[in-house]
Amino acid sequence: MNPIAGKRIDWIPPALMLAIALGALAMIGNPSTWVTLTVAGLAMGLLIFIMSSGLTLVFGLMDVMNFAHGLFIAIGAYVAASTMKLFAAAAGAESFLANLGAVVPAVLAAMLVAGLLGLAFERVIIRPVYGQHLKQILITTGGMIVAEQLIHVFWGPDLLPLPRPSTLRGSFLVGDMAIEKFRLVAVVIGLAVFAGMMIVLNRTKTGLLIRAGVENKEMVEAMGYRIRRLFVGVFVAGSALAGLGGALWGMYQESVTVHIGANMMVLIFIVIIIGGLGSIGGCFTGALLVGLVANYVGFLSPKIALGSNILLMVMVLLWRPQGLYPVGKS
Amino acid sequence: MHSLLSGDWPRSRILTAMLVTIFAALALAPFVFPGTRPLDVAAKVCVFVLLVASYDLLLGYTGIVSFAHTMFFGIGGYGIAIALSRLEVGWSAIALGSAAAVALSLVLSFLIGLFSLRVKAIFFAMITLAVASFFAILASQLSNVTGGEDGITFKVPELLRPAFRLLEEPVLGIAIGGRFISYYLVFGTSLLLFLALLRVVNSPFGRVLLAIRENDFRAEALGYRTVIYRTIANCLGAVVATLAGVLYALWLRYTGPNTTLDFAIMIDILLMVVIGGMGTMYGAVIGATIFVVAQNYLQDAMKAFSGAMTGVPLLPDLFHPDRWLLWLGVLFVLSVYYFPHGIVGQLRARVGK
Amino acid sequence: MPENLLTLSGVHTHIGHYHILQGVDLAVPRGELTMLLGRNGAGKTTTLRTILGMWRASAGAIRFESADIAHHETPAIADLGIAYVPESMGIFAGLTVRENLVLAARRGPPEEKRLDWIFRYFPPMKTFWHLPAGLLSGGQKQMLSISRAIVEPRKLVLIDEPTKGLAPAIINNLIEAFAELKKTDTTILMVEQNFHAATALGDSVAVMDAGRIVHAGRMADLAADAALQTRLLGLSLEAHQ
Repeated sequence: MNPIAGKRIDWIPPALMLAIALGALAMIGNPSTWVTLTVAGLAMGLLIFIMSSGLTLVFGLMDVMNFAHGLFIAIGAYVAASTMKLFAAAAGAESFLANLGAVVPAVLAAMLVAGLLGLAFERVIIRPVYGQHLKQILITTGGMIVAEQLIHVFWGPDLLPLPRPSTLRGSFLVGDMAIEKFRLVAVVIGLAVFAGMMIVLNRTKTGLLIRAGVENKEMVEAMGYRIRRLFVGVFVAGSALAGLGGALWGMYQESVTVHIGANMMVLIFIVIIIGGLGSIGGCFTGALLVGLVANYVGFLSPKIALGSNILLMVMVLLWRPQGLYPVGKS
Repeated sequence: MHSLLSGDWPRSRILTAMLVTIFAALALAPFVFPGTRPLDVAAKVCVFVLLVASYDLLLGYTGIVSFAHTMFFGIGGYGIAIALSRLEVGWSAIALGSAAAVALSLVLSFLIGLFSLRVKAIFFAMITLAVASFFAILASQLSNVTGGEDGITFKVPELLRPAFRLLEEPVLGIAIGGRFISYYLVFGTSLLLFLALLRVVNSPFGRVLLAIRENDFRAEALGYRTVIYRTIANCLGAVVATLAGVLYALWLRYTGPNTTLDFAIMIDILLMVVIGGMGTMYGAVIGATIFVVAQNYLQDAMKAFSGAMTGVPLLPDLFHPDRWLLWLGVLFVLSVYYFPHGIVGQLRARVGK
Repeated sequence: MPENLLTLSGVHTHIGHYHILQGVDLAVPRGELTMLLGRNGAGKTTTLRTILGMWRASAGAIRFESADIAHHETPAIADLGIAYVPESMGIFAGLTVRENLVLAARRGPPEEKRLDWIFRYFPPMKTFWHLPAGLLSGGQKQMLSISRAIVEPRKLVLIDEPTKGLAPAIINNLIEAFAELKKTDTTILMVEQNFHAATALGDSVAVMDAGRIVHAGRMADLAADAALQTRLLGLSLEAHQ
């Protein structure tokens, strides 16, 4: 059941999410704490979605799993940090518009550099090993090692601060609920990215090709479409999105370290496995689930918080071994 | 000699020379390299040769990429550590700890094998990453049992303690004491297990593994239940890795997440097995030796080089001693593309010319 | 004798270690429906896939109109006006029927006349127009696969076992549709095991065995010669009546 087709949406997973959210409310008790956690969970989930959507599409379309995907996240974060430093005055100003003058270049630069890196990566590292899964895993892991080291070379080993711009610091106070401004921004951006993706996938010919290609690449080629070119485009877009995610995640954490990308990879893998490899709708749902569960469990039972997502993955796989929204491969 | 090596000759003069040199260096380490640090390096080489060889069984011979190998390494280390810190220090504690660790590894590797080996390689790799990650989290969270981030320091039986003296007078200038005995325990066990692995890969079982790696559809069609073979290989690799973990913990008299479970170690194993040569076993010997020696001594060389380069843009940073992993990473990537059988493969290929 | 739209000369195809096509010589006359018959494993599907470039011919020439397409990429070959209806149907289950057809119509939105034709012979296409193709039954999926191939004028249509696994009523429906299609001057190369469908539709026929063409000629001649049928095709075709 593919939610992207539109006509027969499988509502069980979103219903499950709602159930979890309500269950958490019951366990947490305090509604304002619950709101804070839920917003945090949605924000984190959406950021993970931004970072992982490219990876799942690339895998669905071309059977390529890029274990170095975390590198684009890291590059995005580092470029954003350096750009924000450049525009520090604008970032420190008290007006939202002035802040935009720092944030927008930072985010755009992150996406641009990550995208270009993705282009180079696809040509040099990935293209020679299409179809050879073993080599792919090894090469991309190796690429990750080399890239992390190069980040060390260019930016040094120390933690880089990535402060949020002034108007995005602090929280909105609604009654006795505190909602962090930046988290709200992350939610808005995340939803915008999701909406944009849905529009492209469902209302454009390119999107049609991508959806068809994920199902049956060979048939699309037999219809006369050069899907290789499409793949490069998707890979670059995915890398740019990872860069965006990295930049935003860096701002969420307010600091950037070399392992920022690698640290996310386990979570990203969990999300795309839960969602179903190749499915954007699944990735979205999976990411939100992971974000919410991480935050609820982090509050209710911090000891098992880190492992809770892996347990979530195991439970989802026991229920639906192909993920929440498997793509029907012909 | 033929049966000792199970018929798996090095098949290259240079390789033979290298292997003999390494073997001699390791066998005579306490005499040839006096001092704490060189002996430490030698012991680490022994442990990692074994660890990487067990990984080669999985990657090189069966064609499975698993990111959970360090988990088994850690189970061995923690098994011994918990046993020796909870129970009365002695050889029975060691036996119990090792047995428990091996049992746990067997169960885990069996489950992982059964669940994941039916699915695509990429899916399996991702799952092992998640499982290893979960285990590392468990180890750091259950600090009552595992000592958390700090790990467990423990006492070893008297025979192995540094203060122990077997012989009053030094032999050839070397004190024959606990350190000496510990080293030969590590060396001897590693050697035995390595030869056992050689026996396994050169047996009919090993040949079936190679057939499965080449073309699993064909193997299945010929009547071999590939899942069973893969699971056995998985379990065997896990058990040997566990024993390597036991040895390492005994040598360090310590186990912690950073010596066993760190993902960096998993990456190191990958580097060693690919650069040394996948599917050769001897590649593990070469790869582990190069890596561990480089880890400890290359940095000094790089520091000197980097120092000489100050003033030149970028070069000092590229050759900064901490960046040795960069160059090994580049070597690794090049190996996967151009030298799939690593150094050993290259040396053997030359013989054919 | 009409000229040949497609000719294969001495085509060999290796898949891994297996030598599947061992020197195929095949001529597909323009404007006719050529039947490719043979036992399972004879290499019929491999022949179609080699023409399309999905398997690379290790030797021999494949001429389409005047071009040698043996070393072209699949999208380029399809672009020349060749459509493919695979044995597995290859429909995109997550896309709607409409989206499947839109994708197949490369030159622009499907022509009204063509759509009317498709709806007339395959009414379920209209019923399921906005629904995901994964909901269609086996026979309906086959109809969609064929509709995709003919949603635009094509020079050559390669069809692989369209009647396989379908109910007799649907098979007759397909035969009617193909008969109509032949009137539009489309060249068709069809692999079939159903002898009834083969004789009803085929103009020329080629029989494959063990990677080679062992007989080529007019379908009418083969249909009239029971002894030849038994010799070439054995019992397998009788079973598919």
